Amino acid sequence: MSAADRSMTETILAGSDAQTDRQRRARRTFRFRKVRRETLLGWLFVVPALAIYLAFVILPLAITVQYSLYRWDGFNTPVWVGPDNYVNVFTDPDLLNTIFNAFKLIFFFSLIPVTLGLVVASIIRRTATGGLGNVSRTVLFLPQVIPLVAAGIVWKVVLSLTGVANGFLSVIGLDSITRAWLGDFDWALVAVGLIGTWVLLGLCTLLLLTGMTKIDPALYESARIDGAGAVREFLAITLPSLKQEIAVCVTVTVIAALRSFDIVYVATGGGPGLSTMVPGLDIYLLAFQARAVGVASALAVVLIVLILVLIIPIQWLSRENGE
Amino acid sequence: MKVARLELFTGRFVLIVLMAVTLVPFLSMFTTALYPSESYPQGLPNWPADPQWGNFVEAFKIANLSTMLSSSLLIVLLTVPISLAISTMAGFAIGHLRIPGASLLLLLFVFGLTLPYEGIVTPLYFLERQIGILNGRLAITLPLIALYMPFAVYWMRAHFVNMPPEISEAARVDGASTWDLFWRIHVPLARAPIASLGILMSVWTWNQFVLALVLVEDPNQRTAAGALGAFQGHYATDIPLLCAGSLEILLPTLIVFILFQRQVIAALLQGSVKG
Repeated sequence: MSAADRSMTETILAGSDAQTDRQRRARRTFRFRKVRRETLLGWLFVVPALAIYLAFVILPLAITVQYSLYRWDGFNTPVWVGPDNYVNVFTDPDLLNTIFNAFKLIFFFSLIPVTLGLVVASIIRRTATGGLGNVSRTVLFLPQVIPLVAAGIVWKVVLSLTGVANGFLSVIGLDSITRAWLGDFDWALVAVGLIGTWVLLGLCTLLLLTGMTKIDPALYESARIDGAGAVREFLAITLPSLKQEIAVCVTVTVIAALRSFDIVYVATGGGPGLSTMVPGLDIYLLAFQARAVGVASALAVVLIVLILVLIIPIQWLSRENGE
Repeated sequence: MKVARLELFTGRFVLIVLMAVTLVPFLSMFTTALYPSESYPQGLPNWPADPQWGNFVEAFKIANLSTMLSSSLLIVLLTVPISLAISTMAGFAIGHLRIPGASLLLLLFVFGLTLPYEGIVTPLYFLERQIGILNGRLAITLPLIALYMPFAVYWMRAHFVNMPPEISEAARVDGASTWDLFWRIHVPLARAPIASLGILMSVWTWNQFVLALVLVEDPNQRTAAGALGAFQGHYATDIPLLCAGSLEILLPTLIVFILFQRQVIAALLQGSVKG
């Protein structure tokens, strides 16, 4: 800006100032006050939610991080140990195994329900438009409504040595492979995983089915005119149109796998040995039974970060493709 | 739509098998519950020769079910209305009033969406021990309300952000205060999302386990799921009684689900899409 310009601007400003100085100042303070009053009021609307959120979520979260840097039994004076607890989490084979188990559960909690959900949703859409479709929707959704603890108890009974699962295997002549599934070192984690599949299949199916009803039927018509079969139709039209819904399913189920607690607590308690131990349960046992609050907190921080690290890219990818 | 007969047949067969896999476990629990206490019924669900209906009475008594269920109901009645009220207000301020710092506030709340409850339950225990609310219903209620805030505020904001500002401007011209605007105009318009959120949070509260397990020792002051956990711990060896008690604790949930299935399914589906 040149000197001449500046002086001109100043003159104009000075002129206008002189003109209505008092009026404008009065109006400005009035508007300022009004804006401030509204802001204040608006904030008052947020205060209750924010206060309780800060006190019972954010504060404990900060304390978890703090605990994770100490060795503490819950009673005596905590001892500062720096990053030792984290080193422990990443080097102790038992703790590492716990984290690996959570990843293995993703296969059963996420991959199977989403894949099978796609198939079942297609089946309902194509072959069960009437009463059977409605009934199957309600029935398949049932496990999603009951407490996970109940799902754990139900399956504990079913998978026990004398349970229905073994009864069925005997009937079809597979007597030789019957066992106490949840007490078997090789099979317990698979069994726990399948309970997760049972719980989450209905949710995924219904989410995907809702997505499918939004697809333009004209797309299917033209595919049929081109002579595409059910499989072609599924790969060319259904799958690409469901990116958003699949992302939702994956997000929900991956979180469910990583933070699994209720089912494992009831069905196996982490056993036999540590074969079904998962981070959520281990945090609880470490903090309240082994009285190793520091290590428990470090594991908690690792779990929280792990979930964020896995979920953010899924969300990001689905947004980018979908919109 | 024309579908080949073979596909029709296979499709329906698969559906029926899957429904059986979903329902047979419940059915087997029911038949097992009718066997004599402390027996081990074997194999496929079989109607017992001498059904012991008394098991249901027995389980109702030893599990202290009436206390348990009313405790769970009380926790729901404390948690859900308060959560609804404060999250609707916050969602209104962030989404509609667009107060300064709204996007930052939203980010702070959204950050909590993926937080596993196990991640903060340890410090919650020590925090509550310090302020002296451990082992009461407040011990579950307060953290639950707080833990619902990320989802609830996000949910309500999504509604309010889509309300046209003209509605409020017109009311402002008529001299409505911010509170009038909220209470007289926007809350009645938000009935549908508030109802869905209420259903969601009621189901979540009823089914809440981890917080109940850690923060409340007495099963009679827990949620239904928490009480169920304690019950199975005590009667893990008496399978028929365990089945009878579990079914009784499940019954209210099942009745509510069957009565309001459309609303419950819709709410839970919307819930996962937005969460």
